[in-house]
Amino acid sequence: MTLILKDVTLNVGAETHIYPTSVELAEHGFNILLGTTLAGKTTLMQLMAGLVKPTSGEVWFDGKNVTGVPVQKRNVSMVHQQFINYPNMTVFENIASPLRVVGMERSKLQKRVEHIAELLKMTPMLGRKPNELSGGQQQRTALARALVKDADLVLLDEPLANLDFKLREELREELPKMFEHRGCCVVYATTEPMESLLLGGHTASLHEGRITQFGETEKIYRKPADLKSARVFSDPPINTASVSKKGARIVLNDEVSWQIHERYKDLADGPYTLGIRPHHISPVKSTEENVHIEGKILVTELSGSESTIHFDIGDQAWVSQSLGIHPFELGARKSFYIQTDKCLFFDISEQLVAA
Amino acid sequence: MMRRFTWLVPAIYIIFLMLPIYWLLNMSFKTTNEILGTFSLWPQEFTLDNYRKIFTDSTWYNGYFNSLIYVVLNTVISVTAALPAAYAFSRYRFLGDKHLFFWLLTNRMAPPAVFALPFFQLYSAVELFDTHIAVALAHALFNIPLAVWILEGFMSGVPRELDDTAYVDGYSFSRFFFKIFLPTISAGIGVAAFFCFMFSWVELLLAKTLTSVAAKPIAATMTRTASTSGYELGLLAAAGVLTIIPGAFVIYFVRNYIAKGFALGRV
Repeated sequence: MTLILKDVTLNVGAETHIYPTSVELAEHGFNILLGTTLAGKTTLMQLMAGLVKPTSGEVWFDGKNVTGVPVQKRNVSMVHQQFINYPNMTVFENIASPLRVVGMERSKLQKRVEHIAELLKMTPMLGRKPNELSGGQQQRTALARALVKDADLVLLDEPLANLDFKLREELREELPKMFEHRGCCVVYATTEPMESLLLGGHTASLHEGRITQFGETEKIYRKPADLKSARVFSDPPINTASVSKKGARIVLNDEVSWQIHERYKDLADGPYTLGIRPHHISPVKSTEENVHIEGKILVTELSGSESTIHFDIGDQAWVSQSLGIHPFELGARKSFYIQTDKCLFFDISEQLVAA
Repeated sequence: MMRRFTWLVPAIYIIFLMLPIYWLLNMSFKTTNEILGTFSLWPQEFTLDNYRKIFTDSTWYNGYFNSLIYVVLNTVISVTAALPAAYAFSRYRFLGDKHLFFWLLTNRMAPPAVFALPFFQLYSAVELFDTHIAVALAHALFNIPLAVWILEGFMSGVPRELDDTAYVDGYSFSRFFFKIFLPTISAGIGVAAFFCFMFSWVELLLAKTLTSVAAKPIAATMTRTASTSGYELGLLAAAGVLTIIPGAFVIYFVRNYIAKGFALGRV
């Protein structure tokens, strides 16, 4: 089962919601759409499902052109961020509804629904109405409805975003198992880079209606093709700075320059945009290779075992994320250390040239 | 000291609210002579004759039937016509949708008297004068906009994703609309129906203008205060009591949603 988008675009009025997009999603673990709010994740899913017809381009599924085929005939299932269930039906009827529509035999239907309910720990709630359930249970009902039919394409649009963190962690672990061996193409939208890393599979990073990069999640994280993908796939935001390479040295400003790490020795001289993820900058020196920079503390966020420190160098904002508690005072000047072997270099057209 | 009189304000409020209704009920059990002759807080000569008259005299009870027929007709027409309109306003964007939506409400701003004459002429010309459907259609003029506004409010409270989910599950539009969407906004339909019922029930001018005998509403019968036997105040009071009952009966079913209805479904 593969879903192929060929130069799909979507215009609404004079506005472009999706720029020409081509991507091939296969049955290889989760296909994650990663992007901020309004990046076009939901719109792209509606295009994939057939809820919205593309302005131009084609949608192919399993070797067939399904561009004009309405969603009812596509065997798709979908879960939304909001908890969407049919309020007038019991949980049982909610889960059974996709089977009822196709007119499944009563005893078979009963068995299927009960099996899925068992899987999602919803058996005691089968007789209740969705409004009487907690948020987590409502979303489980929606998931059950998506799982009960053997859909070829499963679209999960930020299904865990509105749940509290305990439930989110629990379901995030269960989800990939539920779709294992089902032989369907799963698309999962999220705004959180961490979530896509935890789910693995493949990731497409989205930025303002464009897919900036698609590939194995880990590869995209390690080698973002351009600055936009790197920005989408970093939380807290990736640090960027204009640097230039002169001979064997990288020059940040008049005071800070360092010997280039041998990994990047093939880089040509010239101006670059340097990208460093926050957890590669630390207030603690780890090796002799670390580059020392000094900044004025703006904000310090302490979260249990981690410190996220925002600081200024000149007029540029930087972020450092490190283990341990570093309760720095606001406005103080402190030292930070950059791991020079973890740099990303982008050229002036924001394409990755070395990582 | 002050706390001992906290019951006073609500008590006064309820007395003022209930007094006219009590007085109507009181009068309906009196003879006309007693009403005109003495001042009494309760009937001295308790009588059910007034009610007996209404339930046996066809000019009286037909008034109720006529009113009920055109009110129910109007409610059904208004809600049926308003449902697809409200769905379109809540789910689609089209040229001039906001202006059209507002224009609907402006229909309610003109006093019915404005329409009395043209309607009389029009319905006479197409030979609908003195029929129930004539009054039902005339009342639709201000009840359909109201129903559209109320239903649109309730429908917009239902997330669009519900529609998407149903389509994804394989529902066709019509099946989704009747099996899922309508039950979901059933409270809204109830409120819209109630308001249509109420406005049609209390409207007198158009109903009176468009009917003479065959479809004469109860309110028109009631304005006939004097008869051969003089003023029949007791009878009128009994008719009044009976007129309140349908409204009170219908309001019971939508009591929890009335406030939302007055806000046109936008709370």
